[in-house]
Amino acid sequence: MIEVKNLTKRYGDLVAVSNISFTAAKGQILGFLGPNGAGKTTTMRVITGFMPATSGTVKIAGFDIFEHSYECRKRIGYLPENPPLYNDMTVLSYLRFVGRIRGVAKAELNDAVDRVLRACGLTDVPQRVIGHLSKGYRQRVGLAQAMIHNPDVLVLDEPTIGLDPRQIIDIRSLIKELASNRTVILSTHILPEVTQLCDKVVIINQGRIVVEEMLETLTRGTSLEQVFLHYITQDNAVVQGPAQEAGS
Amino acid sequence: MKNAFTIAGKELRSAFVSPIAYVVLTGFMLLGGWFFFNLLNRFNFLVQIYMGFRSAEVQMRLNLNEMVVAPLLGNLSVVLIILIPVITMRSFAEEKRAGTYELLLTSPLSIAEIVLGKFLGVVTFLVIMLSLTAVYPAILLLWGNPEVGMILSGYLGLFLLAVSFASVGLLTSSFTDNQIVAAVSCLIVLLLLYVISWPAETAGATLAAVLKYLSVTEHFSEMVRGVIETKDLVYFASLIVGTLYLTHRSVESVRWR
Repeated sequence: MIEVKNLTKRYGDLVAVSNISFTAAKGQILGFLGPNGAGKTTTMRVITGFMPATSGTVKIAGFDIFEHSYECRKRIGYLPENPPLYNDMTVLSYLRFVGRIRGVAKAELNDAVDRVLRACGLTDVPQRVIGHLSKGYRQRVGLAQAMIHNPDVLVLDEPTIGLDPRQIIDIRSLIKELASNRTVILSTHILPEVTQLCDKVVIINQGRIVVEEMLETLTRGTSLEQVFLHYITQDNAVVQGPAQEAGS
Repeated sequence: MKNAFTIAGKELRSAFVSPIAYVVLTGFMLLGGWFFFNLLNRFNFLVQIYMGFRSAEVQMRLNLNEMVVAPLLGNLSVVLIILIPVITMRSFAEEKRAGTYELLLTSPLSIAEIVLGKFLGVVTFLVIMLSLTAVYPAILLLWGNPEVGMILSGYLGLFLLAVSFASVGLLTSSFTDNQIVAAVSCLIVLLLLYVISWPAETAGATLAAVLKYLSVTEHFSEMVRGVIETKDLVYFASLIVGTLYLTHRSVESVRWR
């Protein structure tokens, strides 16, 4: 479903993402892990077609994100790190607007809005102005926005941030449910979330992929925390080791 | 195209839920009313003085169009230089700041639809804004006998001027995520367009012609005088299309950076 191949993204001289490749199949939840500044957000922005790669390709359901950007964007729901909300709109009018620009047919718009309001627990706030909502509600409106057009691929950047424990449980089960016939890329810093939800794990460090493996294989006889620390420290040693020698 | 209308509707709605629209409309009407009142007052004063001359020739010179409508439209055009940057500064800059730019650019929309939607939204707002001032010529029509054709031509000029200014505003807003920067740079460009023909009197013939052609004032004042010429329409049309094209390129640039 998602196929990232030799993807590189440079901002001027800064290499944000360097030659990364990974795949995620239909029905899979892919946990996208890495320290802050590792290149997660950049990768997601390329996958969602917000900005192009310097080199390499991304394919969504067989369509190239650069060549057939329109077809790809139709199939993706994206929740960026900061939910893209219009603070002056009500929840309802915002979701209707997003539904329309994401290509939901007029006849299905009401149903689609109802569906996401219910799925994200927003049924008691449709008439509230988004700017007045608490962080947890805003996060859920962001999630509702990402799934309104029933996309094949969901790209979620830290979806449970700012939610209370009850909401986290609800949203996690929602993501699990959504993934049954979709592909979900989930970026998060909460490792237990990955253990609970994900089928596959990709760990990225300093713009490079250090591991791409099924969760089961990765955590056999150990915890994800240990695996994560192991790979990150190992990778940092590899990157910094020769540099330090050269400096001394 | 349907998407462009959706975005235009969103733009218009968010203009009217924010206080900006009301402040701008009220200010525009207030200043317009002040101009109209004073121009009419002066006209009335002159009429009363000239009545004393009992000369038909002198009285003929007192023309409602030239002495009230034309200066009124001229004054309103200056007010637009200041107000339009305020109307357009949000359009792209605010989307970038709030992160909703990502929503627009990752939705299945073409950039042309986004730019056109923003443009249609602001044009609709300008139609509302200018229609409100129609009350002044309406008063003249009720109690006087101004030339209707000249008023309409003047209003067409004011509308084209406003739309051109708004396109410049969209362009400067697309360059930045800071509304103040967007508004100030738009204001500077508009003022330049307004005064660019100033050195024309002392410049050589060719340069003078070029400067005069570039100046908004020259084209606008022709239309206020009741003259609708193709060259003026072409000027406004190319200014609008040109700046919208540059806006399109500017928005698109995020895709090739």
